[in-house]
Amino acid sequence: MNSIKFLYAAYIATWLIHGFYLGTLLRRYSRLRQQKKELGK
Amino acid sequence: MKRAFPILAILTALLLAYAFYEAMWVAPMERTMGDVQRIFYYHVPSAWTAFLLFFVNLIASVIYLIRRNAKADAIAVVSAEVGVVFCTVVLVTGPIWARPVWGIWWTWDIRLTTTLVLWLIYVSYLVLRRFSDSSQTPKLAAVLAIFGALDVPLVYFSIWFFRTQHPQPVIGGGGSIDPRMLHVLLLNWLAFSCFALLVCWARYRLELLEREVEDAQSLESLVGDNRLGVKRPGEHSLPLKTNLPLDKNTSRTGTQ
Repeated sequence: MNSIKFLYAAYIATWLIHGFYLGTLLRRYSRLRQQKKELGK
Repeated sequence: MKRAFPILAILTALLLAYAFYEAMWVAPMERTMGDVQRIFYYHVPSAWTAFLLFFVNLIASVIYLIRRNAKADAIAVVSAEVGVVFCTVVLVTGPIWARPVWGIWWTWDIRLTTTLVLWLIYVSYLVLRRFSDSSQTPKLAAVLAIFGALDVPLVYFSIWFFRTQHPQPVIGGGGSIDPRMLHVLLLNWLAFSCFALLVCWARYRLELLEREVEDAQSLESLVGDNRLGVKRPGEHSLPLKTNLPLDKNTSRTGTQ
């Protein structure tokens, strides 16, 4: 059983999920900052 | 508070790195499963963190229903969203562990099925929050959150009360664990809990900014209507810094 591949896959998948979510938060944040700036004009 | 965030972020990153090192190289190898058992150090802490966040969501939802507190509503949204992310990790890492150990990716076992149902309930909660404009949305979502939280003990205790393929609980129940493994497990849980706290903090600030922008847009649209000479009944009574709900007849976007 070459289980080490599955171990790496699980750890990588975990951080990909968290990374993807943090990426969406960053995108939302920059969009909102932009909207706020436009509203302030 | 602004200074505390980067300091906590650095400490959490160090703790996560140390917990990863312990999980990969310090924790003893399990005799029958081998290295794949180490998935457990990410899978179980993610599940516990998701449960904790759904519990926070329940408390915040109950507070919102009792007091109509906008901060409680924001905390409910944040905890549900971050909880869904951790629950997704559980649902992804579980099958990756199951494939080499059970020989299958998925089975409709009670623990797996109730976890999937839990994830679906909270995803539907987030869909409701995202796409409904009604002023009743926070109230409906809070009620849905209470029903969703009922599934958490069902997920947790399912392996105690039903015959299941899933391993027995490591703390309490019929399972047992090497003390060194328990130490690494708890260390990883601490690291993931700190990480969840940080993400919730960032997401909470984002939620406040989102509401601020929505309120500003509502006001701007009302001012725009005024320029055109359109009179809207009761528009002057709209609070400047409104968080949900604006009033009984006004939606989040300020339309009737």
